[in-house]
Amino acid sequence: MNMLTEASIEQKLSPMKNEPRIKMRGDKVTVHYGEKQALFGVDLQIPEHQVTALIGPSGCGKSTFLRCLNRMNDTIDGCRVGGKVTLDQEDVYDPKIDVVELRARVGMVFQKPNPFPKSIYENIAYGPRIHGLTKSKAEMDEVVEKSLRKAAIWDEVKDRLSESGTGLSGGQQQRLCIARAIAVSPEVILMDEPCSALDPIATAKVEELIDELRQNYTIVIVTHSMQQAARVSQRTAMFHIGYLVEEGPTDKMFTNPDDKRTQDYITGRFG
Amino acid sequence: MGEHTVASFDEELGSIDQLIRDMGALSATMVADATRALLSSDNPLAQRVISDDAIMDAKQRELDEQAITLIARRQPMAQDLRAVVSAIRMASDLERIGDLAKNIAKRVGAVGQSATPKPLAHSIDSMASLVHDQVKNVVAFYAERRSEELPALRADDEKIDIKYTAIFRELLTYMMEDPRNITACTHLLFCAKNLERIGDHVTNIAENAYYVMTGRQLPMSRPRVDETAVSDAAG
Ligand SMILES: Nc1ncnc2c1ncn2[C@@H]1O[C@H](COP(=O)(O)OP(=O)(O)O)[C@@H](O)[C@H]1O
Ligand SMILES: [Mg+2]
Repeated sequence: MNMLTEASIEQKLSPMKNEPRIKMRGDKVTVHYGEKQALFGVDLQIPEHQVTALIGPSGCGKSTFLRCLNRMNDTIDGCRVGGKVTLDQEDVYDPKIDVVELRARVGMVFQKPNPFPKSIYENIAYGPRIHGLTKSKAEMDEVVEKSLRKAAIWDEVKDRLSESGTGLSGGQQQRLCIARAIAVSPEVILMDEPCSALDPIATAKVEELIDELRQNYTIVIVTHSMQQAARVSQRTAMFHIGYLVEEGPTDKMFTNPDDKRTQDYITGRFG
Repeated sequence: MGEHTVASFDEELGSIDQLIRDMGALSATMVADATRALLSSDNPLAQRVISDDAIMDAKQRELDEQAITLIARRQPMAQDLRAVVSAIRMASDLERIGDLAKNIAKRVGAVGQSATPKPLAHSIDSMASLVHDQVKNVVAFYAERRSEELPALRADDEKIDIKYTAIFRELLTYMMEDPRNITACTHLLFCAKNLERIGDHVTNIAENAYYVMTGRQLPMSRPRVDETAVSDAAG
């Protein structure tokens, strides 16, 4: 008799899982807007080459947390950030950190596509130019093409690179903005509800793109669509009135979450 | 569990849950009626089981439709998703139980009056009541959300398997004693086999019900050793 033991079956079913490296880490992150506290000691790890989705009812602090990761909150008057945020173990709030360089490493894509009122080419070239990433026109052309290709929009715009970026459709504009973020070779891309202004087809294209991008980048996405979080992310973090209530593998979060608030939120039972 | 912001979502889930309960109750009745009809050669009762099966099929189709519509319309998550997916699976097991009960009922005429020796009838009867209890209980535990009872219920399927093996031997003995018993015993053998299969479907239902309630899978079940396997292959 050569009976399979339960343990040996389990082993066959679940191949060795390599724990991914932690790219960014929030450690007891607090945020105040003036007197009002918006985040209360959030601990969250962002694994490398994965998509982490931030979900939760509006006003729970998703965007606030996202903006802590590349210090976008610095630009908001009266906003104070406490706790610690690290990128590759480096404190991003360290006074020695060059914020412009940080934002190149941790790029951002916003809810409303916001291309510059310039040519498609210039939209992409702008970042690499100010960061001095290219030495010649030829090199810049290459960066522009590569970025547009990676953002899956090259074929749609290659014949009209000199036309204005604002003339594109909403979905194209959003992919242009993703290309713009990619152009400066970021390591992490933050996306704040990147599809909320897009139709379903444009949304599908952006989601497809997100999945491809994670081979090369680490992605954090805020979304209010549960289905989108379930489709694109590997990990999901649930926020509620300034607290991180639960975080875990997306598959588990959407089939069997531990926290009652997560259950209520994702099943549409929030009162 | 609280209510959905969208009330009609609750109604749709409630309706699917009710169909499972209805199908569960019907399957228990069918199993009880089929074996009673068999042991007392009650043809009208057997006909009832056969017509109940059509109701069972209709309910399953109804459930499938509602579940598919709900998925399309609501994109359920977490416990709602588990409830809908498991309902589809449980309904398919319940429908199979209905089929198997019908198969038993169809043989009632064939077995014939007074053909079943007393002790044998007794064995089948006790196997049938084991199976019937399992069906009844799994439906009740599902309806009352008593997940903690399900591991033991699943383990109890082994008793049915043991009983089946014993009946198999007993039937062989009768057939060897008197070849005139062969026809009736063959039919009874099929009935016992059908009862044993019903037990297997109960096991599946228990696993799905457990998953709906807890979000966890029951640990893998014991490896099955079927002592009648050789004869099964031949038959
Ligand atoms: N610039 C700001 N000034 C003052 N309060 C703000 C600002 N941005 C956000 N808040 C407040 O902080 C809380 C969290 O907001 P936000 O992070 O935008 O939530 P979410 O992205 O989850 O909808 C809310 O109560 C919001 O009103
Ligand atoms: Mg927001």
